[in-house]
Amino acid sequence: MTATLGARPAPGKGRARSRHRLAVLGFMAPAIIGFVLFFVYPLVATVIFSFTKYDLINPPEFNGLANYEFMFKDPLLIKAITNTLWFVVVLTIARTVFALGVASVIARLKSGVGLIRTLCYLPSLAPPVAATLVFFMVMRPNGGPLDKILGVFGLESPLWFSDPAWAKPGITAIMLWISGDLMIIILAAILDVPQEQYEAAELDGAGPIRRWWHVTLPSISPVLLFGIVNSVILALQLFTQAVVAGSAGSGAADATGSTKYLGFPDNSTLTFPVYLYTQGFRYFDMGYAAAMATVLFIISFAVTIVLVQRMRKNSTAEEGGPGA
Amino acid sequence: MTATLTKPPVDVPAEPEQPRRKRDVGGILNWVATHAIGLALGLMFATPVVFVFLTAVMSDDQAFTSNLWPTEWHWENFVEVFDKAPLFQYLINSLTYSLLATLGMLISSIPAAYALAKLKWRGRNVAFILVIGAMMLPPQVVAVPLYDTWSSLNLTGTLVPLIAPYFLFDAFSIFLLRQFMLTIPQSYVDAARVDGCSEFQTLVRIIIPMAKPGIAATALFCFLFTWNDYFGPLLYTGEVKDQWTLSLALATFKGMHIVQWNSSMAVTFLTMIPAVVLFVFAQKSFVKGITFTGVKG
Repeated sequence: MTATLGARPAPGKGRARSRHRLAVLGFMAPAIIGFVLFFVYPLVATVIFSFTKYDLINPPEFNGLANYEFMFKDPLLIKAITNTLWFVVVLTIARTVFALGVASVIARLKSGVGLIRTLCYLPSLAPPVAATLVFFMVMRPNGGPLDKILGVFGLESPLWFSDPAWAKPGITAIMLWISGDLMIIILAAILDVPQEQYEAAELDGAGPIRRWWHVTLPSISPVLLFGIVNSVILALQLFTQAVVAGSAGSGAADATGSTKYLGFPDNSTLTFPVYLYTQGFRYFDMGYAAAMATVLFIISFAVTIVLVQRMRKNSTAEEGGPGA
Repeated sequence: MTATLTKPPVDVPAEPEQPRRKRDVGGILNWVATHAIGLALGLMFATPVVFVFLTAVMSDDQAFTSNLWPTEWHWENFVEVFDKAPLFQYLINSLTYSLLATLGMLISSIPAAYALAKLKWRGRNVAFILVIGAMMLPPQVVAVPLYDTWSSLNLTGTLVPLIAPYFLFDAFSIFLLRQFMLTIPQSYVDAARVDGCSEFQTLVRIIIPMAKPGIAATALFCFLFTWNDYFGPLLYTGEVKDQWTLSLALATFKGMHIVQWNSSMAVTFLTMIPAVVLFVFAQKSFVKGITFTGVKG
């Protein structure tokens, strides 16, 4: 969209136009300065730092591709990438399916909608640190609330945040508990599906499940795609829950997260951002951290492109409408 | 001002359809099953917090045990935690961060969102895509050079590196405000222009009053995001204890008082209260704001 239509009053075109330009510049100035200072500069600097050896005290020293070469020989980095990939796959699927399921149930409720919607949504507002500690307490083995509830069914609770095999599923459970925002988005989309479509399907003899499959799902697929992209980004950034669960699980947390405890148990909660943080701000190997940041940037850039393209498609479909 | 045009379309998620009084048995069974599942879901989401609360009021001795129900109710636990850690200091730090950041966001983001939503200029679409890109970028990507810069300015160990960016640029807030402002019909803006309003006057007299619910929602999200932030405070204030925010302190509290479940759960419970209070008072803004981030995206 170029400068056409509407915004240009007819008389005194030249002056009005330059005044219009000045206004736009004035409104955007803080944002432009902020974008340059907090995104353009640090992105460029990250890439430059990634070719150096830098410890924050001595000036950066160019070392070519050494940081990138080291990545291939670093078993902890491979561990961190594996952990983050685990979350990208499991968390994305679990979160989207779970939010869709809960939203579908709420959409079918006739009474008590407000209360149940609130109960499902509220946890997502809790500070992530608090949410993690909530689950750490509830899931504690040997007499914790969940352990007792499982006991009623004759099941034994896993060790969760103390067991390398169960720490990631434990963190996933936390993430599902706080997925209320996605539920609300999906719920709104479900309630937006035109009622006539359901009635038409009902006339064709489709039961509730087939109506859900053939009417609801296709209608809300753009929102589901949003949910998937959003969950992938969340998984790529997973930091707080991993750090807090890891340090609480290890039983020794000075808040600054003393290095040896990050990733507990057995590096199973060492996600890519956690490892980046460890290298950069615990070992002050800024060059290596910058190389990891560059990799993370490339990956999240690719994911963002998917999202932007979806939005483009949407806005051309709605062209002329207020929501375009 | 010609404010007699069509009402702007307001997106309130519709309440589900009223039941169509089918009194057949299958319908009733269906109703019971759906509502039972709904109730179970609601309970599932609420139960963890109930356990946190019950643990928080237990006596020190009982909190060790596997009892789920407190034998004595120690309400004073919620007060005593203030003696165990300088929670007031952390609370003030959290409020400083959240309130100043929200204020800064409002000053910087409202004009930018207006320019992106309602003014026509070359490069507008590219600018909007850059906003989305900034919004999606993991904060760890830019952390190294930013920390480097703030540290050379001797500002690490203070709240400044957390707050200052909001006075210039906050991608999510600009995005959300723009989405809200798009729902204000262009005809209002054009009418104001015809009446001789400058762009600035149009923003102050037309857009801001009409976008109030959107502005409120954006401010709420900004407040909560900063209140809940862990990475930022950890990065910049981790080494300086008296600058810690509540979120950051809470992560340590569990470590320092590992054996005292009642104390750590009391603090956990306290840090969750602001969100609940805000939600109770502004439920509509929340739901609307959330919906806008997805559907209208």
